[in-house]
Amino acid sequence: MTATSWAWLVLLFPLLGSIAIALGFKALPAKAAGAIGAAAIGAAFICGIGALIHLLGEAPDARHHASSLWDYASVAGLDIKLGIFVDPLSVFMVLVVTGVSTLIHLYSFGYMQSDQGYHRFFSYLNFFVFSMLLLVLAGNFVLLIVGWAFVGFASYALISFWYRRQTATKAGMKAFVINVVGDIGLVLAAFLIFRELGTFEYSEVFAKAPQVFHTNEWTITAICLLLLVGAFAKSAQLPFHTWLPDAMEGPTPVSSLIHAATMVTAGVYLIARTHTLFVLAPTAADIAAFVGLATLLVAASIALVMTDLKRAIAYSTMSQIGYMVVGVSIGAYSAGMFHLMTHAFFKALLFMAAGSIIAAMANEQNIDKMSGFGKAMRFTSVTMLCGGLALAAFPGTSGFFSKDEILAYASARGGMYLIFTVLGYFGALLTAIYTFRLIFRVIPGKPCPEAQELIDTGHVHHAHPFNPATGEEEDTEVGFPGSEHHIAESSLPMRIAMAVLAFGALFAGLVQVPGVDDAVTKFLDPVFADSPLAAIHPSVAASWLGLAIGGAISLAGIAIAHYLYVARPETPAALQRRFSALHTFLYNKWYFDEAIDFLIVRPALAIGRFANRTFERLVVDGLISGTEDVVGGGGRLVQLVQSGFVRSYALLLIVGFAGLALYFLLSSQ
Amino acid sequence: MNIEWYIVLSSLLFAVGAMGILLRRSPVVILLCLELMLNAGNLALVAFSKMVGNQQGQIFAIVVMVVAACEVVVGLGLIVAIFRRKLPLDVDELRELRG
Repeated sequence: MTATSWAWLVLLFPLLGSIAIALGFKALPAKAAGAIGAAAIGAAFICGIGALIHLLGEAPDARHHASSLWDYASVAGLDIKLGIFVDPLSVFMVLVVTGVSTLIHLYSFGYMQSDQGYHRFFSYLNFFVFSMLLLVLAGNFVLLIVGWAFVGFASYALISFWYRRQTATKAGMKAFVINVVGDIGLVLAAFLIFRELGTFEYSEVFAKAPQVFHTNEWTITAICLLLLVGAFAKSAQLPFHTWLPDAMEGPTPVSSLIHAATMVTAGVYLIARTHTLFVLAPTAADIAAFVGLATLLVAASIALVMTDLKRAIAYSTMSQIGYMVVGVSIGAYSAGMFHLMTHAFFKALLFMAAGSIIAAMANEQNIDKMSGFGKAMRFTSVTMLCGGLALAAFPGTSGFFSKDEILAYASARGGMYLIFTVLGYFGALLTAIYTFRLIFRVIPGKPCPEAQELIDTGHVHHAHPFNPATGEEEDTEVGFPGSEHHIAESSLPMRIAMAVLAFGALFAGLVQVPGVDDAVTKFLDPVFADSPLAAIHPSVAASWLGLAIGGAISLAGIAIAHYLYVARPETPAALQRRFSALHTFLYNKWYFDEAIDFLIVRPALAIGRFANRTFERLVVDGLISGTEDVVGGGGRLVQLVQSGFVRSYALLLIVGFAGLALYFLLSSQ
Repeated sequence: MNIEWYIVLSSLLFAVGAMGILLRRSPVVILLCLELMLNAGNLALVAFSKMVGNQQGQIFAIVVMVVAACEVVVGLGLIVAIFRRKLPLDVDELRELRG
């Protein structure tokens, strides 16, 4: 079997799984649906490994294959194939997506067990994985857009999964609308690419682009900026980020899979995939890098004050994606992709642990009400600590190697790019503080009533299900959050998934130790060989120096968090009072929602109302009622002739004929 | 004899018939006037046929007579039916066709 056949199989299994579960939801018992879903993704993962083994067996330069099943559209000069493109980058993404998805399916198998919409959930989830795989395997921009839009839909469907929750449906719409803004950017970019290069195929676009465009020409800059609009909307970068925290309304496995591990990294993948274009438009690449930097700092600062456990982790996700965007934009491609991989492990893990704790709290997500879960939920706490250590870049963990590699590259590139190193390390300090803020609030200390109940009775606390955002009672007919809650301690599949991810979070960094193995860099190198930026490598000594600084910062951050939340637990409240204006500013998320509402939503509504009052009422309505008046008036006029007097009909007839005769007589002379 | 005389007679007959249709209200008289108009037409056809020198116009006149006979049959039948139903025999009163 060739690499492309494996890749087609990777696409096939999730699609089959989704269709099978969707069609058979009445016949299949609940457990079977979950098993089919998990097995389909597992099979896709195995096929991904098959493709990987195949690629590794080839010479590095020959590791790219295109394949197409049939023509997607073939008209006048346009030849779009239903084609995939298999190279180390896409295989890398396939492995990350399917690998993490398999574990999350396993987790969902236990976590969603008492949900009424169990089948629906797995069908959506498989469909999401299929869309994501289509996105990363697409061989041309058209299929990329198809996958991109499918992913957006899957995200919408899963955020609004509990569709009786007002907040969930609103969050779903918000995510969908913002993603569509990104889709438009991507579509326009594809149009421009086609206008300039006459093709949508990746291989041809990337081969032709350097010959057609001059560096920083306005067209290539426009293309790259439009691509960035798509990437930022999908990857929740400023100013398109506001949907991601709201997306936490979805079930926790969804937050873990879509809104942390895979979908939101699509933008990073897009920038890495089109790096050839970004090399030609350094201005656009710098803009991307600075936006990534701004996002990582803004999101980290918000994560410091969030009291909602899942939302805090969501802001952390934005912040980490900021690092990846910085990485792939400044040229640290493999470092950015490596961070994508490690982030998928530890962030998925953190969400799983958070889900387990939230289940034990009977859907309460406020960390102010949580404490002392260390004794009550030992397994969850340990795995959460593993994920937290990796996120805080504790020396030796996966996040330690991946984050610092991006920053080391920035300093090796030098000049203006030193800003990224300096502020990146500052972001790392914030990361360590907010991560361990969550951990120190949740794990140690005196057990909260829910945790105490778990310790005393061994049963999960049960409460009336309610919406944590509004306090409304839930409509339990559509399932979760029902009366049953599932925690990792009582569910083997959840434990397996979390244990594997904890292992990955701690040790995945070892595949890419500077100067020792650099496996990810070596694997991805052929993809980025055409970029001059890929030739820049921080020296091994510089990398280790960077790692040492990163480790020190991480430890300092953890120490600060320990001081604030364990040693002197009264300081945060004092700080909050002292800097109340800053706290309010951060707590309201830098007022981004309000600003967007004021700058875009309200003007759009005002324009709409104005157009309704003027154009629609006068012109559109006028045209329609005018037509009606003309036809009706004409009818009434003709009606007068129909008097019913036979003699008047005869008169008309005779006058008519006489008129005709007269006309012909006169015109014949 | 000159063709003009025939045409003048035919036109006069036609005009008399048309005026009768327009002015009278009794359906029987209207039918009579219709016959008058048709026969005015016939007279013109025969006269022109004689002038041109072939028989087509005469044949056409015979066809018109047949049609006129049929029409009278239907028209008189309608009048008898109206009379039997005790409806007024006045075309101005029969206004069912009003739009």
